[in-house]
Amino acid sequence: MDLVPVIHLSAIDYAVMAMYFVFVLGIGFALRRSTKSSSDFFQSGRSLPPWVTGLAFLSANLGAQEVIGMGASGAKYGIATAHFYWIGAIPAMVFVALFMMPFYYGSRARSVPEYLKLRFDEKTRTLNALSFAAMTIFSSGISMYAMGKLFNLLLGWSFDVSVLVSAVIVLAYVFAGGLTSAIYNEVLQFFMIAFGFAPLVFLGLRSVGGWAGLTARLTEAAATKGLAPGAYTHAWQGMTSAATNPLGVEWFGLVMGLGFVLSFGYWCTDFLVVQRAMAADSMIAARRTPLIAAVPKMLFPFLVILPGMIALALTGAAGGGIIPAKLAADGAPLLDAAGRVVMDFDLATPMLLIKLFPEGMLGLGLTALLASFLSGMAGNVTAVNTLWAYDIYQSHIKKDGSDAHYLWMGRAATVGGILLSIAAAYVAGAFNNIMEVLQLVFAFVNAPLFATFALGMFWKRTTGHGAFWGLAAGMSGALLHHGFTLPNGSVPGIKGGFFGLLHTYPSEMAQTFWTAIVAFMTCVIISIAISLVTTPRQDIELKGLVYSLTDKPQDQGIPFFKRPVTFAAAVLAATIALNLIFL
Amino acid sequence: MSAEGSLDLRLPIGWLFVTLGIMLAGYGLATGGNAAMYEKSGGMNINLIWGVVMLLTGVVFLLLAKRGAAKG
Repeated sequence: MDLVPVIHLSAIDYAVMAMYFVFVLGIGFALRRSTKSSSDFFQSGRSLPPWVTGLAFLSANLGAQEVIGMGASGAKYGIATAHFYWIGAIPAMVFVALFMMPFYYGSRARSVPEYLKLRFDEKTRTLNALSFAAMTIFSSGISMYAMGKLFNLLLGWSFDVSVLVSAVIVLAYVFAGGLTSAIYNEVLQFFMIAFGFAPLVFLGLRSVGGWAGLTARLTEAAATKGLAPGAYTHAWQGMTSAATNPLGVEWFGLVMGLGFVLSFGYWCTDFLVVQRAMAADSMIAARRTPLIAAVPKMLFPFLVILPGMIALALTGAAGGGIIPAKLAADGAPLLDAAGRVVMDFDLATPMLLIKLFPEGMLGLGLTALLASFLSGMAGNVTAVNTLWAYDIYQSHIKKDGSDAHYLWMGRAATVGGILLSIAAAYVAGAFNNIMEVLQLVFAFVNAPLFATFALGMFWKRTTGHGAFWGLAAGMSGALLHHGFTLPNGSVPGIKGGFFGLLHTYPSEMAQTFWTAIVAFMTCVIISIAISLVTTPRQDIELKGLVYSLTDKPQDQGIPFFKRPVTFAAAVLAATIALNLIFL
Repeated sequence: MSAEGSLDLRLPIGWLFVTLGIMLAGYGLATGGNAAMYEKSGGMNINLIWGVVMLLTGVVFLLLAKRGAAKG
């Protein structure tokens, strides 16, 4: 099992990286002159065309977790990882486009928490704004930490320098051009990632003998793991039982937990992505935004999961190839309970890049990796500065400031957000366990969110008290479920079981999906129960905020093939086709 | 003035891709005789091939931007 060799980049590699950063910063400074009001800074003046907001909607989610994490999952689970796209993203993106965007955009809310204020009350908004801002800062810090660690491991770069340089670059272009600058750079980063990884997949497939060669090698790898021959190359094989597929999840937990609760909770309520659609230049553009994003999203498994599968094919399930071993504290390879070497799947994609790319292309590939880190970080910072300025500062601290004051506050919040992200990155390095606990807490906070939004938008009887206490009960339900269950082979602690043990799940993923299902159902039941015994708002107050009381967007004047509903049907049909091809 | 009115995004994307394409293709041409360097990519001069692809993509973006500007 190889250890990770430190790579020395050549002048052409550094030149490619430098040129990319020149353009990234250039966009920020070119937009500075046109960022004159708080609306320009926080909402892009609601002026962007749908192809830009659509690619940004996708790219804001294209952080390191996506590029590195999905490659790692590809090496660990095979093509079944594509469920996170074809089940865990596309249906929710279609839903938010057709059914929720008319409320977000039409209500003129400037943020997702502000919609909650308009629909429910101030306490529900504040709970959502504070939990989202804290979660976003920490995820930005974790991403920064992962980037510093990765580039230190691969290239020998100083962790401190990597973190500070990336933070300064993001700060410079967001400070200068606000949301428009972040969105423009996210689109640029999308193309860099696509063009950096496409040749990696091409060369990787070529090196294993094409798809047939990849299938043959992964069939061997599956046999080594005691799985069915097609377990790594068929997405739905063995999904009737958690024991017979690499994910360790049965189909109902996957479809309901990932495909409904977690996926709709993220794509339909997460301000980070919804903010991109809210920057569109019209209602029809806002509705098209998630649908445009869905097209590359459904194809992204071939760009980010396949490299992991190719790395596994070049390694074998028993190790010994390009995926290095995880190292124990003493520097020796880590072994599992059965005495087998534990592979560091997070390095699958970076190591494939180093193996297949010569000088020049290596610079392009590493720039694509850096771009993914930066786009994730910038997305987090722009979401936080908007929430801080509108949902916390303007709502609770200074309600009657001038527009120039809020523009200044947005820029100050950008600096603050970056500084807090840097602090979170160092906390992640110093207290790894604390970050795991925090991520767990945020998972509890997120799980019931979609229930609150869905009830608010589609049931006019839902009250502010019902929403707030339903949300709180959903979070508590998630905590209790996690505290009374454990994944197979784990000991009580952060993995669960800290209140006692009522049930053991076959995998961590199964436990996560069922925690989400329990949180969602708890939130729905409590929200409905409390709403039925509290006073709802008058219909007149809910116009534009609830489905049954809102004029539906009229598409009559638009040619049939250009209507969002037609586009959505085509997206869903293509997604079903992909599931059938990789059945 | 709206934020969008100040910069057509297709321009920076186009110029970045043209620049990177020229850099990679130029480097590919300069190192084409170095067979050892391209062993990693299975003997294929991927710098030259992908550099040309990026260059052409950049030109397409610039043409789209020009057409957009002409339409006003």
